[in-house]
Amino acid sequence: MKELKLMKGNEALAEAAIRAGCDAYFGYPITPQSEVLEYLSREANSRTGMTVLQAESEIASINMVYGAAGTGKRVMTSSSSPGMSLMQEGISYIACAELPCLLVNVNRGGPGLGTIQPGQSDYFQSVKGGGHGDYKLIVLAPSTVQEMSDFVGLSFDLAFKYRNPVLILTDGALGQMMEKVELQPQKTRHFEDLGWTTTGRKNGNGRVITSLHLKADEMEILNNHLQAKYREIEKNEIRFEATDCDDADYIITAFGLVARICQKAAEMARAKGIKVGVFRPISLFPFPYAQLKEYAGKVKGILDVEMNAGQMVEDVRLSVEGAVPVYFHGRMGGVVPSPEEVLEKLEEKFAGGVK
Amino acid sequence: MNEKTMLDDQHYENMIAEESVCNAENLVYEKPSKVLYDTPMHYCPGCGHGVVHRLLAEVIEELGITSDIIGVAPVGCSVLAYNYLNIDMSEAAHGRASAVATGIKRVLPEKYVFSYQGDGDLAAIGTGETIHTCNRGENILILFINNGIYGMTGGQMAPTTLPNMKSTTSPFGRDVETMGSPLKITELVAQLPGTYYVTRQSVHKPVNVRKTKKAILKAFEYQKLKKGTCFIEVVSNCPSNWKMNPVESNKWLDENMLPFYPLGDIKVPDKNLQTDD
Repeated sequence: MKELKLMKGNEALAEAAIRAGCDAYFGYPITPQSEVLEYLSREANSRTGMTVLQAESEIASINMVYGAAGTGKRVMTSSSSPGMSLMQEGISYIACAELPCLLVNVNRGGPGLGTIQPGQSDYFQSVKGGGHGDYKLIVLAPSTVQEMSDFVGLSFDLAFKYRNPVLILTDGALGQMMEKVELQPQKTRHFEDLGWTTTGRKNGNGRVITSLHLKADEMEILNNHLQAKYREIEKNEIRFEATDCDDADYIITAFGLVARICQKAAEMARAKGIKVGVFRPISLFPFPYAQLKEYAGKVKGILDVEMNAGQMVEDVRLSVEGAVPVYFHGRMGGVVPSPEEVLEKLEEKFAGGVK
Repeated sequence: MNEKTMLDDQHYENMIAEESVCNAENLVYEKPSKVLYDTPMHYCPGCGHGVVHRLLAEVIEELGITSDIIGVAPVGCSVLAYNYLNIDMSEAAHGRASAVATGIKRVLPEKYVFSYQGDGDLAAIGTGETIHTCNRGENILILFINNGIYGMTGGQMAPTTLPNMKSTTSPFGRDVETMGSPLKITELVAQLPGTYYVTRQSVHKPVNVRKTKKAILKAFEYQKLKKGTCFIEVVSNCPSNWKMNPVESNKWLDENMLPFYPLGDIKVPDKNLQTDD
């Protein structure tokens, strides 16, 4: 029987972590994601024995994740934009040491202390490698509370499959809004020796978790290995949703919550006789370049809508390679665009095509 | 090989041949070969790190916990501690070793966990992690090597650099008016309810080496009993960056470091268990 519940996005994500058999969560309060830490503090330990620890800072949180992830346990943290900035050093170490873990960024408007309202301005930080060095996170962008829940188990699976940190990039609105969610069944926490985990020496040779390789040629070998892994991820893990794109004259590209707003705008446009589809990248890394390009060849233009100054639009343009015009509409500082506004922009940009 | 060495070798071989010398009761020195790798030493001649690594290895071997311990290496000269210690180890970002150790210990509470950190790592960039790890009373050992200087980066001023002590970033001596006073972080963490055993030792003389070993042994025994954080400061030297030879550096440590950082137990759970006997 389906287990349905009305839940806040942050709480659905926390509940999903417990059910995914997560072993440990380390976090620090920050709006608009504190419900994750609060929910887990209340629920997790008594139900599955999961460790939940409020750290003294995001810097400590991410380094606790590093330590615990090195043992091969299922470990996670969550934060919001300023907190994620503090974690970037640790994330770089985790990516280099190839430790599987789940990171969650409930994005708020920036820069600086910014606002506690939703934003998508951490796209670059999330997708292009926010810390130092050449590394990639697998980045998933949910657009519903259901996906906030579903992507948790998926993220752990991907993290362990590739020994790579996975980031769920969501926003303050999805974190706070309540929707119906179908919960996943409870998985038992399990542990296996994966051959690289540091849980106490086995077979006479100590294992080392490190990101230090002092010799340049050795560091390059590691870099080559990481890049080969990222190419493999690009090959296997592209996820996207194309709504009404097959017969569309125009496509709106958007991720996360904004894609839902744009779907409403597309419906309104179709009611007016303008054939609009919505292309929503779900995996932001790997980005669905080829898939978007295929659609781009069939339409007259693309409007990219984001809650930032224009970040994903750079990847959209890389996909389209100048085949059709790509316009951008963005709201910043925590302002969420309305469907009417998106429709208006669509008509404005493609006015020639509409008439 | 010169003639003298050849003679010495011959003498040594003759000694080994004599059964009386090889008897078990005559054993005065044994390398903890199960825990120490046979590897070339990267530490400078006379550096205290090598001695502390060895003591750790001896204690781990003697306690028989080789398969039940995870160590955390810092950023600094001892970043490569895992090249000497044949145990599972994790290398931490600068200052974060105690947070990394916390993460490990929280998911593997039955294992022994220690962090090995220098003064810049533990008492400057990692002060927050150090204090909060101790305050939570994480059941780990924090082994703190204090030589009053940033060794690996080439002799810059550390939080523990003595007043008027010269370094590359205090070339006229540490001016406490503008650079602050040395931080006695060991006394600070002893104030926290989470710490169970806090002591300051050294390895510059044989007697102190023995006391430090005893402290490490005791810390792991307390960890087994889940008593809280054990914190051992080892006042050490840095001949290269102090610009002294090893003997001079130990003398300088005795005359300058120890008056400011007095040796002995700072917090002990039981008077009868004191290291200062």
